Amino acid sequence: MPVNETFKPTIVAFCCNWCSYAGADLSGTNRLQYPANVKIIRIPCSCRLNPMFILRAFQRGADGVILCGCHPGDCHYTTGNYYARRRMTLLFSLLDYMGIERGRTRVEWVSAAEGAKFAATMNDFTETIIKLGPNRRLEDLRCKTE
Amino acid sequence: MSDWTQRIQDISGVNPRKCMKCGKCTAACPAYDRMEYHPHQFVDMVQSGRVEELMASRGIYTCLSCFACVERCPRNVEPAHIIEAVRLAVIRQQGGNHMKPDQIPGLLEEDLPQQAITSALRKYSKGG
Amino acid sequence: MQRIGVFVCWCGSNIAATVDVEKVAQTLAQEPGVVYSTHYQYMCSQAGQEMIQNAIREHRLTGVVICSCSPRMHEATFRKTVEKAGLNPYLLEIANIREHCSWIHKDKLTATEKAVILGRAAIAKVQLNAPLTAGQSPVTKRALVIGGGIAGIQTALDIAEAGFPVDIVEKKPTIGGKMAQIDKTFPTLDCAACILTPKMVDASQNENIDIISYAQVEKVQGFVGSFSVTIRKKARYVDETKCTGCGLCTEKCPQKKVPNEFNLGLDNRRAIYIPFAQAVPKVAAIDPNYCTMLKSGKCGVCAKVCTAGAIDYKQQDQLITREYGAIVVATGFEPIRLDKFDEFAYSQSPDVVTSLEFERLMNAAGPTGGTLLRPSDGSHPHTLVFVQCVGSRCDGGEKGKSYCSKICCMYTAKHAMLIREKYPDTEVYVFYIDVRTPGKNFDEFYRRAVEEYGVHYIKGMVGKVTPQDGKLKVQASDLLGGRQLRIDADMVILAAAIEPDKTARPLATMLTASMDTNDFFTEAHPKLRPVESPTAGIFLSGACQGPKDIPETVAQASAAAAKVIGLLVKDSLTCSPCTAKPDELMCNGCSSCEKVCPYGAITYIDKPFRGPNRTTLIRRVAQVNPAVCQGCGACTVACPSGAMDLQGFSNQQIMAEVDAICR
Repeated sequence: MPVNETFKPTIVAFCCNWCSYAGADLSGTNRLQYPANVKIIRIPCSCRLNPMFILRAFQRGADGVILCGCHPGDCHYTTGNYYARRRMTLLFSLLDYMGIERGRTRVEWVSAAEGAKFAATMNDFTETIIKLGPNRRLEDLRCKTE
Repeated sequence: MSDWTQRIQDISGVNPRKCMKCGKCTAACPAYDRMEYHPHQFVDMVQSGRVEELMASRGIYTCLSCFACVERCPRNVEPAHIIEAVRLAVIRQQGGNHMKPDQIPGLLEEDLPQQAITSALRKYSKGG
Repeated sequence: MQRIGVFVCWCGSNIAATVDVEKVAQTLAQEPGVVYSTHYQYMCSQAGQEMIQNAIREHRLTGVVICSCSPRMHEATFRKTVEKAGLNPYLLEIANIREHCSWIHKDKLTATEKAVILGRAAIAKVQLNAPLTAGQSPVTKRALVIGGGIAGIQTALDIAEAGFPVDIVEKKPTIGGKMAQIDKTFPTLDCAACILTPKMVDASQNENIDIISYAQVEKVQGFVGSFSVTIRKKARYVDETKCTGCGLCTEKCPQKKVPNEFNLGLDNRRAIYIPFAQAVPKVAAIDPNYCTMLKSGKCGVCAKVCTAGAIDYKQQDQLITREYGAIVVATGFEPIRLDKFDEFAYSQSPDVVTSLEFERLMNAAGPTGGTLLRPSDGSHPHTLVFVQCVGSRCDGGEKGKSYCSKICCMYTAKHAMLIREKYPDTEVYVFYIDVRTPGKNFDEFYRRAVEEYGVHYIKGMVGKVTPQDGKLKVQASDLLGGRQLRIDADMVILAAAIEPDKTARPLATMLTASMDTNDFFTEAHPKLRPVESPTAGIFLSGACQGPKDIPETVAQASAAAAKVIGLLVKDSLTCSPCTAKPDELMCNGCSSCEKVCPYGAITYIDKPFRGPNRTTLIRRVAQVNPAVCQGCGACTVACPSGAMDLQGFSNQQIMAEVDAICR
């Protein structure tokens, strides 16, 4: 697949408030760089992520969506990330069925202490999305304002 | 960082800056008495770019590659791999070829496999 | 119509250096609903906060967006700011353009562009924010301290002193912890027991303190202000109320071959035992793994000799459930296992010991009565070699720990000094990588060991220890002297790295308190909130948070107590209003939400609704208890009809953010 050099993907990262959002803060505090394409949305827990939000993001032209939560067993709300994991597994098979490339969605566990992991994950994910190219299949042109 | 430091790092895959100079490698080295430079000094010399000095020394050939230092090193600096990289750097030296193609006919012997000559040429004349 | 104000913070040069703040303010001014947009050097300063308040009043703002540092940093500050200006504190959103933007990116154009998008998302969200009112939840005025070492004892004493009841849960039969095993303390060389045991007695006599020894936390429920904790009190087969601690049973018990854990297995104890003479509570316990009576039903000597009739072979584990307002973790540390460091021959020779074992060998109450004798043959050692950083400062963490264990330099200097003082005929070598002595009177202490006591400090590590002919052949390198050393030592003492207690990890899971990769508990802020866990109501005391010496542990213990007291004096806590809320008209009473709620905050009621033709329908609908709901949002996704939503993070709000980012 030809890699488009000028392709600037839009990537939405949902981060749980207690671990991953703090991990993202830490990578900032440590001045670890990752691409500006990644925009973080704060949610209280990874289990707050309604799969609908991911579909909505793809519909609106996002090229990749990543969900970050606490490591299994470390959820601030005890069990939230287990729900998130199950829901995402189901969503991924739905997306497979719809023909969306597997690489466009990802779940990662990032603790509040893992600033470096957060940055590395975002670098890697952005690279994957750039290789995959723009998201066309789910984008709904009627949603575009221009 | 000096080019040499980078080169040794590339060949060995080891980062000499991780060394905290504890000397456990030297303390564990069975060839200590025969060496002019000792394992922790190897690491330090590579780190400070004194690789050519090291390449010229006989000490790098006294290393037995017993890997005691690799086993003991608490920082995964792996001095034996650095020494091996220095030895390789000597072999790969540009211009300092130890074997030239026109030498080959003189070396040919009945019993010597052709392949040994080819690989020797490759090994001893490989440009860096 | 919304009237939104946007405030872009420079954070000095932290944001302004990589984000064109003026351009961000200008661009965001064009967003729908924005009526005011400005930028200022420090929004969190008093002048900045006044600026926000004036703008709220002047421009009759209905929503505020602040583009600044992480909301985890100053969300609470700014909520108070807008509240003082008469705006509901939940009509505020923060766009994180520092940690998530200016500190990440180097290129000004890219960073500015991203800051605008983050600001835009916050504006889109704030449009949909609803005013929320925080509820109140009561505070149970009792604290739980987990761990009865010096950290736990000090925390409990301070809390009790302020008049609040406090329970100490200790897994061993006695409180005291590691400090009780230590001989002398640096840098003053006063005896550890002399300063610890009075505190232990204070704790046992304080009527506000309840010591639950030989017990472990089994289950934690609830949240700050009202935790419900189940504690398993293990059967010690001795009635605590009857036992007088006379110790007769511990002398008569025929099972003599039980490794004594208090002396780290250097000698033996009986199957019924009191860990040490000053134990608190001074009550015997039977070790079920060794007691013949418990194992085969044949013996009963202790019951026969006990005049108090305290022995009870039928005792069972007991489950105690109590309510607490705050929990302090003081689980402490353990030295690491040394089986991966075979080069030091720890498992090959009894004369190679860890520093904690050495404490027992020097202790007057230890296995040798305070005379330093070689464990192998009981002879007097002449040459002693100390090895520092064993398992500390290792790369990768496979063999050891990546961190510095902090206390080893000082206790090794202490040991070396004590030996030289007591036995001037000895030669003492200390092999070090670096000697780290930051602390009051610490470096002076170390220099005294070198200058006055003549301890040989040698820069370099020991490469190998080989037991041979009753000696320990130590092969080491003197890096500064440039020579190889071969020492025939009588004893080798290893300064083993310390790691968090093994019970800490499962406990952290129960408490939902976060830990770092080394299993040390994380603090809420490394500098500004060092004794609080990020989980509200959980506080940290002592080495469970990181390696610490005794003075630091005591300081942190008292600090944690102060934080607990500050919480317990409150009658109620303001709880977050960001809770789940069902739309009763949409709810069909399916119970999906109740099943996923980790707090049991959801119940169902039958509620009358107006049906068609003036009829009344009774429908089953969900209800959320806002005092119990913690706002995780699991139920909102589980709800098939979309009736459940989370206030402050509603479906509409998150989708608006998604739309703004993908625009």
